[in-house]
Amino acid sequence: MARVVASTKALSTSPLKLSAPLGAAMAFMGIDGSMPLFHGSQGCTAFALVMLVRHFREAIPLQTTAMNEVSTILGGMENVEEALLNIARRAKPKVIGLISTALTATRGEDIGGDLKMILGRNKELAETNVVYVNAPDFEGSLETGWGKATTALIRALAEPARGREPPPRVNLLPGVHLTPGDIEHLKELIEAFGLEAVVLPDLSGSLDGHVPEAYVPTTLGGTTVEQAKSMGNARLTVAIGDHMRIAAETLHAKTGIPYVLFDRITGLEPVDRLMVCLSTVAGRPVPPKLRRARSQLVDAMLDGHFFFAGRSVAVAGEPDFLWTMAKLVGDMGGRLAAAVTTHPAAFLSELDCDRVQVGDFDDLEDEMLEAGGVDLVIANANARQLCRRHGTPLFRAGFPIFDRLGAAHQVTVGYRGTRDLIFQLGNILMECTGHESGMALPPHDLHAEQSHGQAAQAG
Amino acid sequence: MASPKVQELFTEPACATNQAKSGKERKKGCAKALTPGAAAGGCCFDGAKITLQPITDVVHLVHGPIACEGNSWDSRNSWSTGSDLYRRGFTTDLGNLDIINGGEKKLYKAIRAAIEAHHPPAVFVYQTCVGALIGDDVAAVCKAATERFATPVIPVEAPGFVGSKSLGARLGGEALLDHVIGTIEPTDAGPTDINILAEYNVNGELDQIRPLLARLGIRLRTSITGDARYADVAACHTARVNMVVCSQALVTLARKMKERWDIPYFEGSFYGISDTSEALRTLAAMLVARGAEARLVERAEALIAEEEAKAQAALAPFKERLRGKRVLLYTGGVKSWSVISALQEVGMEVIGTSVRKSTAEDKAKIVELTGRDEVMIDQLPPREMYRMLKDGEADLLMSGGRTQFVALKARTPWVEINQERHHGYAGYDGMVTLVHQIDLTLSNPIWAQVRKPAPWESA
Repeated sequence: MARVVASTKALSTSPLKLSAPLGAAMAFMGIDGSMPLFHGSQGCTAFALVMLVRHFREAIPLQTTAMNEVSTILGGMENVEEALLNIARRAKPKVIGLISTALTATRGEDIGGDLKMILGRNKELAETNVVYVNAPDFEGSLETGWGKATTALIRALAEPARGREPPPRVNLLPGVHLTPGDIEHLKELIEAFGLEAVVLPDLSGSLDGHVPEAYVPTTLGGTTVEQAKSMGNARLTVAIGDHMRIAAETLHAKTGIPYVLFDRITGLEPVDRLMVCLSTVAGRPVPPKLRRARSQLVDAMLDGHFFFAGRSVAVAGEPDFLWTMAKLVGDMGGRLAAAVTTHPAAFLSELDCDRVQVGDFDDLEDEMLEAGGVDLVIANANARQLCRRHGTPLFRAGFPIFDRLGAAHQVTVGYRGTRDLIFQLGNILMECTGHESGMALPPHDLHAEQSHGQAAQAG
Repeated sequence: MASPKVQELFTEPACATNQAKSGKERKKGCAKALTPGAAAGGCCFDGAKITLQPITDVVHLVHGPIACEGNSWDSRNSWSTGSDLYRRGFTTDLGNLDIINGGEKKLYKAIRAAIEAHHPPAVFVYQTCVGALIGDDVAAVCKAATERFATPVIPVEAPGFVGSKSLGARLGGEALLDHVIGTIEPTDAGPTDINILAEYNVNGELDQIRPLLARLGIRLRTSITGDARYADVAACHTARVNMVVCSQALVTLARKMKERWDIPYFEGSFYGISDTSEALRTLAAMLVARGAEARLVERAEALIAEEEAKAQAALAPFKERLRGKRVLLYTGGVKSWSVISALQEVGMEVIGTSVRKSTAEDKAKIVELTGRDEVMIDQLPPREMYRMLKDGEADLLMSGGRTQFVALKARTPWVEINQERHHGYAGYDGMVTLVHQIDLTLSNPIWAQVRKPAPWESA
């Protein structure tokens, strides 16, 4: 059991938290033909845009209502109207995600009411689905915004089932901590059971780094409006991560589809649960290919546990990201020596450590020092400065990762993703024995381990 | 609110664009109204931060919600040869309660915490939209903190919604003028001290300039701001000459420094061989006019002759390879022409250059260099740019990061020339580096591979 300690500091140093509107914008990236629009000053959009571009290495459609001093004082309805009309004319998107920012939320604009009036008097917008998300910066963080946007999309688009017998179909609501690569892999897993997957939001179609044949000003790929509407026509909804709970409940309330919320799908036991769940829904046994993958994961755990046992690991990130990584480290015998997150999520109290600090990278540094140093840090790329200062290896994961290639394709879910994650983390721990940071020797003989590996190869 | 200040900046008499306007037009100011739904670019706060953040040894504290700093810190390639304090992000991360109760107390506490933790020579506090909207008096808090903590705490009042990035840069200059420059009397002022204004040391470009200056015995007191120390900026009023690199950003600062401390200034550039020579020549002549020894002019000529010959020799091998290659330039201001001469030097042809952010003077230079005015492009929507590249109208796009993916998705070579790039292109060495990079990009074997259709697709 851990205490989740709220931040009481006036000064945030090297922020870990990312803004909720950014998370909401990311959700709209997973909708086909969409254009998210920040209702704020143009800087709100520019910063978010640059960060998304640096991470995904893709052009990012993201617009602004370009609020200025005068419109902030007089009210931004005209800016919203003009922006919607301009976007509809120029980019012809199927969906516009209208997202409030701290600026407009502080002012207390009635955006929902304004939007109704705007849509009522502009026939040009009749073909566009304008989905409004209220996700001000000062409430929650990246995961909060993503969850709110997904919920808003469900409210706006999903329809109750018409037919009686639902087709062999599963809705998938992935959290923002899953990469396009993760989602792609999950779809394959679901399809392996003869089920169709409808994913909301589906980054695997839009931000998976592909080269289209023509220029498109909106997102290209992702959940289509038709797919989102048809979500009432499924046997089950699978939601991943606590921040998808409200979205799953909303979909259930609207369509009656039962849902299962997975706290994570990284690690042997949670993936087993997913397999049982899909097998039950499909009425089919787990396919041989996946049984084989499970066996490979079991072997990876046997080979890898030596390198994790007793080693201390620090994890920093959004609540569901932290949970997923910290639990896997624990599953492998590693010790969670420091845990820092962005906002106080109650479920984090179930982590196996003394405390989970809500804070920033400065807090992470303090926690690491109090723990007497750690062997490995798992966090986003912004941990690079502090890791360099202390000579501690950093495994980059989460968002943003702007100084590595292929962040979108990193897969850490399912049997295969867990297996590969264990290899990657284990390799770092194998290479960095802990001598450098003055830590105790790992509790095994390195030479014996190498000969074991060679023998296995020879066999 | 910074309104009188903004008005003053808009009517800057030393601005070339303003000089070309009629008296009436000048009064209107240059606040181009942004189009909601069709705007791109950073906000005022962004501009101020870019301009001041390269003061490397101080705390840059952002008073606002998480988006302003959380989404943007440590994302610029402005290098330091000293402190790395400027690379940490500091913010008050305004929350719900701060918005309701006001954020002044939190800001004061944050300043205290930053000073206690880092003992910086100064703290720069950036106002943002939300801080301004809830009426936090940043200037008053800074004044109180300055007295209480015996450390200069400088208010930078450039909230995002006031205007563009370029206005923000100018407001950053005003903050230096009002609170920093002239507050320290140097003990080592010399007859060849200069400042460079609006040079941000992107990728260490100052290291391509400083050796040239050093060989002439010219001392760079500070760059405003790139690789800058607070004490040097505070003492830079004793310099003999100011060189303004990007006039859009800081010409007002140069003019006011001339009025207040009698420092003459000129506008020049270190991009391109002839421009570098011209800048060195002007620096030498102006320093001699202000009392430096007359032989400086001769020494400058000798150095220019030597360096130009060296650069020409280094460029020679590229001429054969690059002759006739067609370049589309998409950048702004000085760079819209300063790079052209370098490209022409090696026989490349500029088929278009964007002049969105160029002054009348910039445009005249382009015509002078290319002999044509049809190369000047006012607007180039991404869709049209994509078509041009896809149709093979240019062999290479040179632009900022924003349009990178337009080129790459059109499978066209791209070279970065704005602030996010990975090489320094200043001075003689920098131009050789740029041409070398162009050659490496154009001759990369990937182009032939990625353009070939898959074997099962008809060509």
